[in-house]
Amino acid sequence: MVTAANISAQPVWQILATVTDPEVPVLTILDLGIVRDVNMVDGQVQVTITPTYTGCPAMDMISMNIRLALIENGYSNIKITTVLSPAWTTDWMSEEGKQKLQQYGIAPPNAKQAVCTPDSFQEEEAIQCPLCKSYNTKMISQFGSTACKSLYQCNECKEPFDYFKCH
Amino acid sequence: MNQNLIDYTLHLADTTLILAQRNSEWCGHGPILEQDIAITNISLDLIGQSRNFYQYAAALINLPITIGTANNPADLATEDSLAYLRTEREFKNLLLVEQPNVDWGQTILRQFYFSVYQLYLFQQLQNCKDEQLAAIATKALKEITYHVRWSSEWVIRLGDGTAESHQRMLAAIEELKNYTGEFFIAAGYETPMGIDFALLKQQWEEKTKAVFEEATLPYPEKTFNQSGGKTGTHTEHLGYILAEMQYLQRTYPGAEW
Repeated sequence: MVTAANISAQPVWQILATVTDPEVPVLTILDLGIVRDVNMVDGQVQVTITPTYTGCPAMDMISMNIRLALIENGYSNIKITTVLSPAWTTDWMSEEGKQKLQQYGIAPPNAKQAVCTPDSFQEEEAIQCPLCKSYNTKMISQFGSTACKSLYQCNECKEPFDYFKCH
Repeated sequence: MNQNLIDYTLHLADTTLILAQRNSEWCGHGPILEQDIAITNISLDLIGQSRNFYQYAAALINLPITIGTANNPADLATEDSLAYLRTEREFKNLLLVEQPNVDWGQTILRQFYFSVYQLYLFQQLQNCKDEQLAAIATKALKEITYHVRWSSEWVIRLGDGTAESHQRMLAAIEELKNYTGEFFIAAGYETPMGIDFALLKQQWEEKTKAVFEEATLPYPEKTFNQSGGKTGTHTEHLGYILAEMQYLQRTYPGAEW
């Protein structure tokens, strides 16, 4: 439903589309799906965000960058709220975001969490190499350069790469 | 003020913080680079969980104060004051997580025992009456799944590995065997949380037995359970962790990056 509040929130969404993830700068916070809601209430901009990973050290910085971007665009009365529920999932990442990740050299998360269970030595997901596009790849480590990524290597082009793991 | 809920939230916060601190001692010392990164990534996840619990505990503690009139911001509890300015007897973490690192095998076994416990506990907390605890647990379960998988694989790899690695796992089992019983002994503040400890124990034993079998390791026979961590009676090791962790804030109160 289009209401007065929605209309005035529209420019805020456009500003938020310019705020990027400090650790993966090709992705905006909208690509990541961490902005859950924007409202204008009595002249106050209210932005609701959700963290990607529990221990993601970028969250405090993202929250500050949202505030700075809004201040630069003339907003002064700003309230940013962090909510944990419903929990963020890689399924909320936009298609455009996944393409940007791949072009950046990071394999985007698989669409379905096929093997995200605690069982040991399970069959690994087929992850496409973001460089040569081969599916003949192997996992080096479940834990990579940041909390959200695993480390893989391509068996064809031999290039090591990060995989944004399903969550 | 719901003192049981505050104490329980602090118990969850302290346990995850102290294990994170222990694991982070491996930073730069892991057996190979990928596993050094893995154990410190797990630390980061645990610190994230502890921050969520401390922030919630601080909000609960401040609730009756903020309803009142003007007050001094320095009197309010924060995630930092709860982590850095409480004493040993106030910490409510499990005894298991404060045990000092011996070798990689013992670190792996401690993480495995804890992650399996956390997996089944948080599955129950997901449906807890308290919405915020349920939300934190639901979110954390995603990373706990990875922790259980990683630590199980390492228990199997080391147990069913070389004579040396097998021997070290036997020593680790002996070292830690008295510290897992505390998981299932309810502290006073845990009783109103509605946790089914019998179910938790059954699930934990099933999973750990299955992994031990695959790892060709003997399942430890229970003789005696150390307990008291949940209510602030700790082993001698906690004081040293706090001394190191809290030194800066104690010496330079309010110091910031």
